[in-house]
Amino acid sequence: MRARLAATVGGVAGTASRLAGRGDGSVIGGVIGLKLQPDLLSLLATGRQVILVTGTNGKTTTTRLITAALGTLGQQIASNAFGANMEAGMVSALAKAPDASIAVLEVDEKHIPAMLRKTSARVVVLLNLSRDQMDRAAEIWLLARRWREALAAVPDCRVIANADDPLVAWAAGEARLVTWVAAGQRWHDDSWCCPSCGAHLRREGDDWHCLECSYRRPPVRWLLLDDQVLDPAGRSRTLDLVLPGRANRSNAVMALAVAEEFGISVAQALPAIAQVRSVAGRYTQVSRRGCELRLLLAKNPAGWLEALDVLAPGDPVLLAVNAQGPDGRDTSWLWDVDYRGLRGRPVFVTGERRTDLAVRLEADEVMFRIVGSVDEAIDLASSPSLEVIANYTAFQHIRAVVGRTV
Amino acid sequence: MSESAIRIVWIYPDLLSTYGDRGNMLVLARRAQLRGIAVQIAQVNSDQRVPADGDIYLLGGGEDLPQILAARRLAADGGLAGAAERGAVVLAVCAGYQIVGTEFGGVDGEPVAGLGLIDIRSGRGDRRGVGEILADVDPALGVERLTGFENHQGVTHRGADVKPLATVVSGVGNGDGTEGAYSGHIVGTYLHGPALVRNPALADLLLGWVIGAPLPAIDSRQERLVQDLRHERLTPQPA
Repeated sequence: MRARLAATVGGVAGTASRLAGRGDGSVIGGVIGLKLQPDLLSLLATGRQVILVTGTNGKTTTTRLITAALGTLGQQIASNAFGANMEAGMVSALAKAPDASIAVLEVDEKHIPAMLRKTSARVVVLLNLSRDQMDRAAEIWLLARRWREALAAVPDCRVIANADDPLVAWAAGEARLVTWVAAGQRWHDDSWCCPSCGAHLRREGDDWHCLECSYRRPPVRWLLLDDQVLDPAGRSRTLDLVLPGRANRSNAVMALAVAEEFGISVAQALPAIAQVRSVAGRYTQVSRRGCELRLLLAKNPAGWLEALDVLAPGDPVLLAVNAQGPDGRDTSWLWDVDYRGLRGRPVFVTGERRTDLAVRLEADEVMFRIVGSVDEAIDLASSPSLEVIANYTAFQHIRAVVGRTV
Repeated sequence: MSESAIRIVWIYPDLLSTYGDRGNMLVLARRAQLRGIAVQIAQVNSDQRVPADGDIYLLGGGEDLPQILAARRLAADGGLAGAAERGAVVLAVCAGYQIVGTEFGGVDGEPVAGLGLIDIRSGRGDRRGVGEILADVDPALGVERLTGFENHQGVTHRGADVKPLATVVSGVGNGDGTEGAYSGHIVGTYLHGPALVRNPALADLLLGWVIGAPLPAIDSRQERLVQDLRHERLTPQPA
């Protein structure tokens, strides 16, 4: 493999690749490598089986779960496991693992069309699409349309798509090879309308169809039902994951469908998936001042909905919100989240935009206290455990304060 | 004060609710209830009829296709136009603001017919206005400085009988130094999503129009957080 890579990626490209593989989890190497050799990603992807993972939420976790499942093959796997999901991050991950014949790569949802072309991906996984950082991102229907066009142009790529998300189903609608997975959709507020004709969608349980055109949920091969997964042979198994929540069971079923594509059975893949316990700091348990903290990342309304579902009953919770560039500078999304489920639980709020959050909670009649730091919340809560939900930069800040254990 | 509850109608949350538009409904309901005024809320999806007997109608933001579809449905339905004609209050933000005018720009900038509830015409500007906006409200309305977030590429022109809601202090607004528009009880603004959250005085203006009398004051303890938020947003921030 190394010889092949050396042969393919020689000269400037070889230098670019070596530079790209340097550094400690950073994308700097990838950025420099791409400057020297703009088609470095294509060169590094050649001859490997590439799996791309995208969607609004769950990219990093699903990438991790797929890597765990494919790890049972005993081959080396390249992966941008820490969420560096732009081209430079993908280049770094590939350059660091020249001998890996398989690559599992998380891709920013806006960059899927270009990355499909450049990596000649064997498999692409489409998780979900919902509103996120509207001050930076394009409208999500336009995003779905770009996916749709890009997927129609790669007939040899296997698309593994969440049939329960109408926007995702439509985006995969013109792909040739599709594995439909009923992975569930908790957040409906971006898919009340038919992506094809715009009419109101009728939803009955998990099923959906358009009232005016023929568009409907495709028949599925994999099915998630509460904590049970129904495989293509009709066998049911319990998804007993270390990772909490419905969203992660959904991610796990998507990973099982990828494993099937590589000839790995559920019996083989599931134990590997089940024991993943923390993903790039998310879901990490940290002890601090005698209190067990659990860190949950939630970056957009759909993500908050899933995070609120995961909370241990009655445990105090700290909510942290910033509005820096990576978070989106607009806090309007706070009003898309239903916080009423927090009533009756001790709630603390912090972060640079804590006042925005406080006003939001007040409107939902949730009692809370504003705090300046995690430690203040821990002391005031005086509880053996504290749940923490934070958006992107607030999460990174809290991780830095409590110490990166993962 | 009217004896029955204030009826708030949220129009087409399935089409016109891109980013926190629910906030306007929640703020109006809260500020009415803090004054002991009962509120009835109807969320009307695009496959339902728009009730004609609402007191306040809310239209939110939306992407191009849903905006066009919403305009078409509302024109065919007629409920909103009927309500506006008898003087009901309408708060229309962003895409909704454009819909209540006579014309707006479609997917490729082509003109699309609006509802014509207010004499404004919108088209597409050269660049997207994204960021915080501050604007001083027409003194005739007695509403303090507006603070909000805008995210649109629209440019809006007013007919002779329509006044700008405000003068832009910083931000883009209508594109000519003004922001929003009002005529009778119809108010439109480019402050998107939960525009009333940081602008309780604008919420009170709408509630006051419905009640037709001065509103009772709200206990200042119930206003403290909102005033803190206004203060934060009105104080110049490091970039």
